[in-house]
Amino acid sequence: MDLGSILQYLVSGLTVGSTYGLTALGFTIIFNATRVINFAQGEFVMLGGMLAVFFAGALNLGVFPAVLLAVSCTTLVGVCMERLTIRPVQGANVVNIIIITIGVSIFIRGVVMLFLGKDTFSLPPFFGTEALEFFGAMIIPQSIWILLITMLVLVGLRTYFNKTIFGKAMLACSFEQKAAHLVGISVDRMIMLSFAISALVGSIGGVILTPITLTSYDVGIMLGLKGFAACILGGLGNPFGAAAGGLIIGVLESFGAGFISSAYKDAFAFIILLVILFVKPSGIFGRADIERV
Amino acid sequence: MRKGLLVLVVMLAILMPVKASAGDTIKIGAVVSVTGPASFLGEPERNTLVMLQDQINDSGGILGKKLEIIIYDDETEVNKAVLAADRLIRRDRVQAGIGGTTSGNTLAIISNFTRAEIPLVSMAAAERIVDPVNPWIFKTPQSDRHAVTRILDHAKDQGYKRIAIITVSDGFGQAGREVLRELVPEMGLTMVSDEIYGPRDTDMTSQLTRIRNQNPDAIICWGTNPGPAVIARNRQQLRLDIPLYMSHGVASRRFIELAGNASEGLLLPLGRLSVAEQIPDDHPQKQLLLDYIADYESRFNTPVSSFGGYAWDAMMLIKEAIEMGESAEPQDIRDNLEKIQGFVGTGGIFNMSPEDHNGLDETSFVMARIVDQDWEIVSE
Amino acid sequence: MGGKQNIISLAVFIVVAAGFPWILPSEYYISILILSGITAIAVVGLNLLLGFAGQISLGHAAFFGISAYTSAILTTNYGFPVLAGIICGIFLSAIVAFLIGMPALKLKALSLAMATLGFGLIVYIFMNETITLTGGPSGFVGIPRFNIMGYDFYSDLAYYYLVASSLTVVIIISLNLINSRAGRALKAIHSSENAARVMGINVHRYKLFVFVLSAVFAALAGGLYAHYLSFVAPSAFGFHASLQLIVMAILGGMSSVWGGVIGALFLTSMPEFLRIYEELETILYGLILILCMMFMPQGLAGGLGKLAGYVSGKLFRRGLK
Repeated sequence: MDLGSILQYLVSGLTVGSTYGLTALGFTIIFNATRVINFAQGEFVMLGGMLAVFFAGALNLGVFPAVLLAVSCTTLVGVCMERLTIRPVQGANVVNIIIITIGVSIFIRGVVMLFLGKDTFSLPPFFGTEALEFFGAMIIPQSIWILLITMLVLVGLRTYFNKTIFGKAMLACSFEQKAAHLVGISVDRMIMLSFAISALVGSIGGVILTPITLTSYDVGIMLGLKGFAACILGGLGNPFGAAAGGLIIGVLESFGAGFISSAYKDAFAFIILLVILFVKPSGIFGRADIERV
Repeated sequence: MRKGLLVLVVMLAILMPVKASAGDTIKIGAVVSVTGPASFLGEPERNTLVMLQDQINDSGGILGKKLEIIIYDDETEVNKAVLAADRLIRRDRVQAGIGGTTSGNTLAIISNFTRAEIPLVSMAAAERIVDPVNPWIFKTPQSDRHAVTRILDHAKDQGYKRIAIITVSDGFGQAGREVLRELVPEMGLTMVSDEIYGPRDTDMTSQLTRIRNQNPDAIICWGTNPGPAVIARNRQQLRLDIPLYMSHGVASRRFIELAGNASEGLLLPLGRLSVAEQIPDDHPQKQLLLDYIADYESRFNTPVSSFGGYAWDAMMLIKEAIEMGESAEPQDIRDNLEKIQGFVGTGGIFNMSPEDHNGLDETSFVMARIVDQDWEIVSE
Repeated sequence: MGGKQNIISLAVFIVVAAGFPWILPSEYYISILILSGITAIAVVGLNLLLGFAGQISLGHAAFFGISAYTSAILTTNYGFPVLAGIICGIFLSAIVAFLIGMPALKLKALSLAMATLGFGLIVYIFMNETITLTGGPSGFVGIPRFNIMGYDFYSDLAYYYLVASSLTVVIIISLNLINSRAGRALKAIHSSENAARVMGINVHRYKLFVFVLSAVFAALAGGLYAHYLSFVAPSAFGFHASLQLIVMAILGGMSSVWGGVIGALFLTSMPEFLRIYEELETILYGLILILCMMFMPQGLAGGLGKLAGYVSGKLFRRGLK
């Protein structure tokens, strides 16, 4: 096997993996604040892409205003979701809230299908379409953008959680809500913020992916699934583990398709995932104590 | 716990339905995937059926009777298709059925129609629907065999020897793959690579890299949107100059839009509906196709797709059979469907027989190349 | 059986189930009831696992599918009698559940959910790709209808009674289990695994037992499903199907065996009523799910039950006046 092919598999795996990673990030942020797995996370990614297509096409805006508008709208959707469906049932059984998020995801999908249609859409790439050659592997500029923006989001989140007062307050909530409340942190507001941030991160993912992967009203299901796998693999609760988990799954799939069999590539990725889980139940980068849910 | 049970009783009581009424109408039932993954097929099919119902009734119905087409959406789900078929047969008591949209859903409802002895005209491509022949089951789209034959004939003319295939892992891709694996060696070509991708996959560079390493003369891709568009883009990204053939599964404008300039130069077999303006004026299908396109586009304000044509053919074949036998009894419709000869439809000219319940051959396709974001016929 | 109340409930259920087809205006509704009943068998099993033992499985449709395919292949290709096919299917599902449950049930909460989800996906991919065996994505056709000792359940009414009696047996087994030593052990595990362990309960063994049992119920449902539709395709056994089963269990109400039955009936029949709204169907479906969970945290069984209690209480009081 030549170096070019191996590099090609790697690049392709990292690109796809970033999509999983960005979805997984959103899962983690909400999980940390609420202990809930938000099944509507994939829909945030879908909304980002679909709305960008809509604003760029139907409203005839340029790509960048459209992208900005799409990301802000999706963030707003995240906030609304929290206000309307999560806050009223605060303190309810976690399983019930999970079903509510499933309901929200079906609802969002239905609305998008009704108003934006059932077709697949594409978005023009941000800069440049010509692939670059790198040791025999062909890389399109958008792939590099995706990797760069994923890194940027990660660094941004890290700064936010470590340096800002809001970020620290959110971290505090994730460790112990009651204690956070006692020191004067508004837990309600932090939960809302967590939905806003994960919708923001998800929609950024959706927007930067669409030029490569295309989008339609139902892409959220698959992304949600892989994103969930990624954040469990990386260790639930650890945003960087989640992003790394996404990259690992993407690369596993791509190497599976390249070296073993394209028919069984997903099975291959999930078999490895099961093995890792059985050996290290808290995920690759997870701490053992996070498992006390 | 007893309260829970009370709820159960109440819910069962709510199941009480509305009774369907029967009158002096001809009832045709359709199971269509209007939503879900196959909606790109199902929506134009549903639209076409709605349009036909109005057109036929405006011009006096069938045998003077009013036509009622009852359409149920199966959401591209097998279970719902079976329930919908059951509902058409038992509650609505239809005289003939149309559907399903996908091969999987058609195969799932075949036994319902066969058991009830009601003819069914499918709008799905797979050969398994009519081979072996089931007396009650017909289909309108051209078979994959016809499409593959056209592609391989073209490839042979170009002197290609080594063929790579990449197919999607759903019913459509599976059916295409089976025929390709059979016909490629049969026509004296060598299959050097056999790759698969998932219907929701977003990057196929790994598969294409593997194909590139086998050094084929041509690649044949079998799938429906969006996969093939991604493959076309990945091929451009990898700067593969190996010719790429697509299937008739992407015979829609949408594919060209999605693939953008990566679609330039791709080859595919097309039904004449997609290239109606380009076919010779004396072709028997020409006027019919232009009329259908004009009607459809003025009514629904969206571009026509060849998939809606499958529904047109299904409904009009049933109408033809009813008028031939002057009877709308299921048994008579079936018998007469089998006798239809030289019927001009959107997909081609149908010649049915007890051995052939599709009635089309490979001449129902033309080979086309995508040039300047449009199709151009390369061989009639 | 545990208490008079259960016996009364069961008796009412049997009477209602037996009499119901006779008041339906059209045969068509029987097929909805059959599919609801088949789904209910799987959901009741899942409910034992989820509601009583507190273990999440996101791959239960796989057991449903393994059994459906096993029975389909054995009866269609190898001429097995249908009953033998279904039994083999159940047996295979149980073995697979045992093998996957052994390591998986040591995991906690969401890791277990992930492991079962991964398992379900792997099974789904194999169903799609082993085309010579399963027929691949376009499905497996020509499965014989259920028959036993020469009697084939050709009419839907007969099949309905077959499904209803299977469901009754499953309910009886579940009710018995809950009120047995094992049931109490499971409830203890649900409240606190550590406390249960301290009390000397072999946590892993009980969890494994209920996991295999729920797989057996799902497998029974799978067999009944395959020989009813005479067609199976992988799409009916994917992640979506597993999720649907979970939603049914929770929406119906996890704390009661009847919850599973109600959830299955409600969600299987609801699309039939939403059909008239066409494109709005998905939106309404999502809304109903959200609202039910927001306002009926105990599920339909709990919520509507409370409502019924409230109404009958009012009526009763008015009656006194």
